[in-house]
Amino acid sequence: MASITESQAQRGLFSWLRRDGKPLRPSTREAWYGYLLASPWIIGFIVFTVGPMLASLIIGLYRTDFLTETTFVGLRWYQNTLSDSLVRKALINTAIFSFTVVPINTVLALLIAVMLNQGIRLQSFWRTVYYLPSVVSGVAVSLLWKWLYQPDIGLLNSILGPLLRPFDIDPPRWIFSTEWALPSLIIMAFWGAGGAMLIYLAGLRGIPTSLYEAAEIDGATSFRRFFAVTLPLLTPTIFFNVVLNIIGSWQVFTQAMVMTRGGPNNATLTMVLHIYNTGFQNFYFGYASAQAWFLFIIVLGFVVLALRSASSWVHYERV
Amino acid sequence: MATTVQTGTAVHQAEQYGNSKVAETLYRLLLYGAVVLGGIVFAIPFYWMLRTSVMPTTQVYLFPPEWWPERFEWHHFKTPFAVFPFAKFFLNSTFIAAGSAIGAALSSSVVGFSFARLRFPLRDVMFVVVLATMILPEHVRLVPTYLLFVELDWIGTYRPLIIPNWFAPAFYVFLMRQFFMTIPRELDDSAMIDGCNPIGLFWRIHLPLSLPALGVVLIFMVTAQWNDFLYPLIYIQGVPNYTVALGLRLFEGHMTNNMQALMAASILGVLPTIILFFFAQRYFVQGIVVSGVKG
Repeated sequence: MASITESQAQRGLFSWLRRDGKPLRPSTREAWYGYLLASPWIIGFIVFTVGPMLASLIIGLYRTDFLTETTFVGLRWYQNTLSDSLVRKALINTAIFSFTVVPINTVLALLIAVMLNQGIRLQSFWRTVYYLPSVVSGVAVSLLWKWLYQPDIGLLNSILGPLLRPFDIDPPRWIFSTEWALPSLIIMAFWGAGGAMLIYLAGLRGIPTSLYEAAEIDGATSFRRFFAVTLPLLTPTIFFNVVLNIIGSWQVFTQAMVMTRGGPNNATLTMVLHIYNTGFQNFYFGYASAQAWFLFIIVLGFVVLALRSASSWVHYERV
Repeated sequence: MATTVQTGTAVHQAEQYGNSKVAETLYRLLLYGAVVLGGIVFAIPFYWMLRTSVMPTTQVYLFPPEWWPERFEWHHFKTPFAVFPFAKFFLNSTFIAAGSAIGAALSSSVVGFSFARLRFPLRDVMFVVVLATMILPEHVRLVPTYLLFVELDWIGTYRPLIIPNWFAPAFYVFLMRQFFMTIPRELDDSAMIDGCNPIGLFWRIHLPLSLPALGVVLIFMVTAQWNDFLYPLIYIQGVPNYTVALGLRLFEGHMTNNMQALMAASILGVLPTIILFFFAQRYFVQGIVVSGVKG
C-alpha cells in the first residue's frame, strides 16, 4: 500500500506519533495500522495461547486443586507421567486409534472422492450422502452409535449375527467388551471420512484435463494415470489433511466420554479423557497440566515427523 | 455419457478396456454399484435413528430388530421437552454459537485483512505463527485457561465459551487472509486515491466483498460450537444453562429405557446443523476448497 500520499499521513489516527512536527512516513503509518488491525490476534495469542502454555508448564510443578491446596512438588508430576500405568494405557489406546484411523480414513476418503469424480449422475446428491455424517458430530452421534452397537438388539449385530451363525461364531459385544471397545470407536470414526472426501474432491477438480490428455498420448493406462498424474498432484492436499487428522485423532474425547466413559476396564481411555479425569474430576490440576504437556510433545513430534517427510513425497510444483 | 466430460477421467478409465461398449458398461455398473452400496452404508445410521424414534415401545426392543415401524408414534419427540427444559438448551446453544461466530468472523476478517494487505515489520513471522497455532493441540491450554477463567470469575457463565473466539482464531485468520489475497489490488489503489485510510479501505471495500468468506467462518464456527462437548462440560453449571450437547447426555442418563425418546432428542439435536448445511452447502464446499486445497 505504497500509494498513501504524504498529505494523508499528516492527519488521521496515528498523527500523534509525529515527532518534530514532521509528518509520519507513509510506511510507518501503514505499519501502525497493520499492528492495530492485527491486534485481536496478537492479544489473543498472548492471553489464550502463549500465556496458558507457559502457565501450564508452571502449574505442572504444583499439587493444586485451585481452591484449597497449592503445594510445590517440583518435577514429580512430570516423572509420574512417564511411569503411570494409566497414562501409558491412555497413550497406547490413543496411539492405536490415531495410527488406524488416519491411514484408513485417508484411503477411504480418497477412494470415495475418486469414485464420485468419475462423472457419475447425481454427483452432488452422493456427495451430500457421504459428507453429512461429518456435519453431525458430537454427543448425538455418540448416542446413535451406542445404540447401533447394542450387542443384543442393535443394528450391527442383527446383520452380523445371521452372517456369523453358520460358522458358529458369536458377534462381538462391541463397546461392552474389552477387546472390541476400541475397535468400535475406530470403526465409528470411518463414518466421518466424508470431511476429507470433500477436500479431495475439490482437489481432483483442480487437476487440469490437459495432463490426462498428455498422459494418454504417451500411452499411459488409467492405472498409471492415477498413480503418475492424479496422486502426485493431490499430495499437497493429502498432506494438509493427514496433518490435521493426526492432530484431531490424538484429541479424541467425546465418543470415549459419552459411549464408554473410558471403559470397559480402561479399554477406551484416551489421553484427553484421562487429562479431563485427572484435572476436572479428581482435581489434580498440576498432574493434568503435566500430562497435557506430555501429549503436546507427542503430537508435536508426529507433526514434525510428517513435515520432515513431506519433502520426499509431497509435490509442490503447480501446473 | 455426456456427464463424463467434467474431468475426462471416466472416459480414460473406460478406454482401458479397449473402448469396447461392454467393458465400459461393466465398469460403469461396478462404479455405480460401489457408490450406491457405500452410500447406503453411510446413510443407514441416519435411517436407524429415524426408525427408532417413531417405533412403538413393544417393537423397538424386539430381537431380531425390525426395519419398519408397524405404526408411527410421533409423540416421542415431545418427551424430551416434557422431561427437561430442552427448548432452553436450544436457546443456550444458539446464543453461544451466534456469539462466538459473529465475534470470530469480525475479528478474523480484520486480522486477515491486516496480514493480506498491510506491510509492517514481523508481519510474515506472525503469519507463520498463525499457521503454527493451527496445528497446535489445544488441550495443552485446557487447565491454565480454566485457571484464568476462575480468576476472572467467569465459571458458570458462557463467557469462557464465547469470548476467546473474539480474538481471531488462527484457522479463520488463515481463511480470511487467503480470501483477501484474491481481491485485486487496483481496488485498493483507487480507494486510497479517494482518501481512504486502511480502516476505511477494509470497511468500505474489502468487508462487503468478503461476505462469502465471512459466511464460511460463520457456518464453520456455528457447527463447531453446536457440536462441542468438552468445553461446555467444563464451564457450564446448572441444568437450565446446559447446551444441547450436555442436555442430550443428561437425557440419556434418565431415559435408559426409552430409546425412542433418546433418538428423537438426538435427531432434534443434529437437525439445526443439518438444516444449516443444506441451506449453506455452497459455503461449506467453498470453505473446504479455500482451506484445504490452497493450503
